[in-house]
Amino acid sequence: MSLIQDVAGSGGPDPVPGPPPLSRKEKGSRGLSPGASFALRKTGAALGTLFFVLVVNFFLFRFLPGDPIGMYTRGRNVPPEQLAALRAELDRPILEQFFTYLRNPFASTIDSAQFNRPVWELVTERIWPTLLLVGTAIVLASIIGVWIGIKAGWRRGKTFDKVSTGVTLTLYSMPEFWLGMILLIVFGVGAFGLPGMFPIGGISTPGMDTSSLAGWLDVAWHMVLPVTTLTLVYLAEYALVMRSSLVDEMDEEYLTTARAKGLMDKFVRRRHAVPNALLPTITLIFLNLGFTVSGAITVETVFSWPGLGLLSYEALRGPDVALLQAIFLLFSIGVVLANLVADLLYAVIDPRVRS
Amino acid sequence: MASDQQTPGRPLGRRAIARARRREAAARGWRQFRTHRGGMAGLGILVFFTLVALLAPVLFPPETISVTQATGELLAPPSGQYWLGTDDSGRSMLALLAWGARVSLTVGIAATLISMVIGTSVGIASGHYTGFGGATLQRLTDWVLVIPFLPLAIVLATVLGGGSTLTIIVVIGVTSWAGTARLIRAQTLSVEGRPYLERSRALGSGNWHQMTRHVLPNVFPLVLTNTTLTVAIAILSETTLSFLGLGDPLRPSWGSTLDQAFSNGAVSAGAWWYIGPPGLCVVLVVLSFTMMGRALEQIVNPRLGGH
Amino acid sequence: MAVLELEDVSVSYRSAEGPVPAVRGVSLSVDTGGSLGLAGESGSGKTTVTSTVLRLLPKSATVTGRVLLDGEDVLTMRWGRLRAVRWATASVVFQGAMHALNPVQRVGHQIAEPIRLHEKSVSEPTARARVGDLLEQVGLPARVAQSYPHQLSGGQKQRVMIAMALACGPRLIVADEPTTALDVMVQQQVLAVLAERVRDLGLAMVFISHDLSVLASACDELAVMYAGQVVEQGPADLVFDDAHHPYSRALGGAFPRIGDQRFRYAPSGLPGDPPFPGEAPSGCAFHPRCPVARDVCSTTDVELRPSGDRRWSSCLFAPEVGS
Repeated sequence: MSLIQDVAGSGGPDPVPGPPPLSRKEKGSRGLSPGASFALRKTGAALGTLFFVLVVNFFLFRFLPGDPIGMYTRGRNVPPEQLAALRAELDRPILEQFFTYLRNPFASTIDSAQFNRPVWELVTERIWPTLLLVGTAIVLASIIGVWIGIKAGWRRGKTFDKVSTGVTLTLYSMPEFWLGMILLIVFGVGAFGLPGMFPIGGISTPGMDTSSLAGWLDVAWHMVLPVTTLTLVYLAEYALVMRSSLVDEMDEEYLTTARAKGLMDKFVRRRHAVPNALLPTITLIFLNLGFTVSGAITVETVFSWPGLGLLSYEALRGPDVALLQAIFLLFSIGVVLANLVADLLYAVIDPRVRS
Repeated sequence: MASDQQTPGRPLGRRAIARARRREAAARGWRQFRTHRGGMAGLGILVFFTLVALLAPVLFPPETISVTQATGELLAPPSGQYWLGTDDSGRSMLALLAWGARVSLTVGIAATLISMVIGTSVGIASGHYTGFGGATLQRLTDWVLVIPFLPLAIVLATVLGGGSTLTIIVVIGVTSWAGTARLIRAQTLSVEGRPYLERSRALGSGNWHQMTRHVLPNVFPLVLTNTTLTVAIAILSETTLSFLGLGDPLRPSWGSTLDQAFSNGAVSAGAWWYIGPPGLCVVLVVLSFTMMGRALEQIVNPRLGGH
Repeated sequence: MAVLELEDVSVSYRSAEGPVPAVRGVSLSVDTGGSLGLAGESGSGKTTVTSTVLRLLPKSATVTGRVLLDGEDVLTMRWGRLRAVRWATASVVFQGAMHALNPVQRVGHQIAEPIRLHEKSVSEPTARARVGDLLEQVGLPARVAQSYPHQLSGGQKQRVMIAMALACGPRLIVADEPTTALDVMVQQQVLAVLAERVRDLGLAMVFISHDLSVLASACDELAVMYAGQVVEQGPADLVFDDAHHPYSRALGGAFPRIGDQRFRYAPSGLPGDPPFPGEAPSGCAFHPRCPVARDVCSTTDVELRPSGDRRWSSCLFAPEVGS
């Protein structure tokens, strides 16, 4: 866009005092404003991705080697009439099955082999613990990570920068579940003379009423170690991204302009450099939600946190194919939607994207 | 410079000149790399672990990591005989780690090779072909990029049959190429606009010739940098997938050792020697590749200096 | 009275190989209502000189000498005082067509920023009205205040930069290559706006450019820099038409004027490149590229000395060059 602007700007005499090219309508396709056509384009792309996910999710499992019935019903006694229904379902032409599936991907006709329950019932009740755990960790990690990134990037090469970059790179190289196990041994079980201070797993003490205040505190108590683990892993990424984004911004000339205006150093940072560096950071945080999902799966497993992550592990260990399919679909939809939100959000906060 | 000095007497062939120029570029890159402390430290760590991996069978005969022939006490803490203690089958942790280095490094490098071949081909092709084919490849790249890695990898591994090292290699390879493809595509687009490619087109060279002779050499430094960073991610992914029980039980990697430890109650037993060292090995190796990648990045793209 | 006076200003940058001198003993002055053009190739130190006026140099730079702004030495000011002087006493027109404007803030907000900063009592509506007024002064409609920089053309952005520089009613404007990135037609318009504003408001101006013809049309006085030193100074039209230093002559020749016979025959352009900072040759720094250099030029230290009425040149053969 800026290229077009430059060309238009240098193509002839300056179009002043005539109206400057402010009108947004001119450039949008089909009479839409650039903002709307941008949103439409991004939504279209997200829908495309969702369709791709559905295709993968459906056909991957239909091309399994061996008897699909055995795979779906592994290790459980199935009433003959249900088995017959399942066989009838799987014997239909594959495209017909696919269209039925497309009509409602969430209405799986096959139950979870492990839990003997409809998969979506299982999945939906496991969403909330995951949102609680991952959401808390993301909020904490983005606040701390961005703060570290700003401090390190603004004083590049100083002690804080060197130490924090070393620490964040190390955290970034760490399997998150390993960090979880280490925290669990040291602060949960107790090691090296330390007593066990935190619960070693689960979301609450059995028998505790989770609607009472004591119950809430109990959940919070159980959250400490898994949230710490995830926060440390996520914040490493956020700090690294924020730092390099700020470093990019610092070579920009508009910061010299701001200094020349007489702004104090901290206002140059707060009003100009940091807001501009935050834009790419926010998008990257959203775009990397897939990475966040990985952390949820393994860390929930380590801390027996009854969310989607632990459910994935249980489904994988089965393997409970119907359940795996549902979880994969849910995670993918979540990440695709988060990406869409990131794109739209970026357009709202960065005027350059809209036009 | 070097090619000039080699020319007394007879003129060099075109290939020899190209070779000399490439050798000179490599030497210059190495000189710059050597001044990068983080990169050199990474290289040092990597050389150490490579030696350990190569020498594992000599240092620790295969029977030391066999569950049935293990001689140690079960879950014994570090001692004079077993420097890093034993696992829950009485195997020496040190031996397990050394053998684990073989699996982790092999998987990391093999998976990266697959990923780089797919990523580079898709990236160059989608940047080179402007029509429907290129657009489709670009769309595919975007799709794969968005799908969360671990759920996809779990699903793929289940379909291909878990419990084998080959499965893990393939799964990581085919799920991690999209980032590379996008990077290479962008670079290809910028190379495509340069005059020598216009000239090559005007002289009637084919697509294959343009892509392999002009685009590939130009994106190669980027491929090299990206390879190093991808190995780091691949090793981390291997650890995660093995931890989830998808690894080969007969060839324990660091990840499957952690799976063993976790599944057999090492955490509640407080057996820190069973859990700490494998993870530390992962951190060190991943960190070494990351630091080398950052050093290479600075050499390839000096504008990034200090990022 | 002089608004800006530079007395024997030298700047060097720290580097791994020791200090690198970028500016060596420059003395200049600009009176109220006066305008000084600073010419030279890139790397000649002209931007470094002007960056000392508001102390905008990076931390790696060491400045010696005195930079008097309204009689007060900028180099020894405390930070608080320096911030108060910045933009209120002297402001800068950066190359706004490039990246000197914040890309994600509306330009009106950016113009109002120094007003709010330096005049705390100004109310929001007043500030907005002043922004609109400033934009109209540079020939832009007031509604441009609502635009983002990327929505404007190069010439419009440069006008916005000028409006911004005028925001706090400074006594001195430093224009750092304000027209370089623009094409010729737009260049003329922007130049006209800037010159008119400076004249009407009775401001002093320092104008940096590598284009002698632009400087000659915009300024009264001209100083030509080479390798960190002023090599010639004098009334703008005289320096342009009848240079007393071979370097000024070459610089003028690099921008031929159509229709002027002299430019058709005189060899324009120079062989070689200017020296890297810190690697200036002995004697006259220009001698390796000079078409009229003699042996003595490489051994004799040169300095600016009178070469005519209100004119100075550092060339050992200045009178001969001039005739």
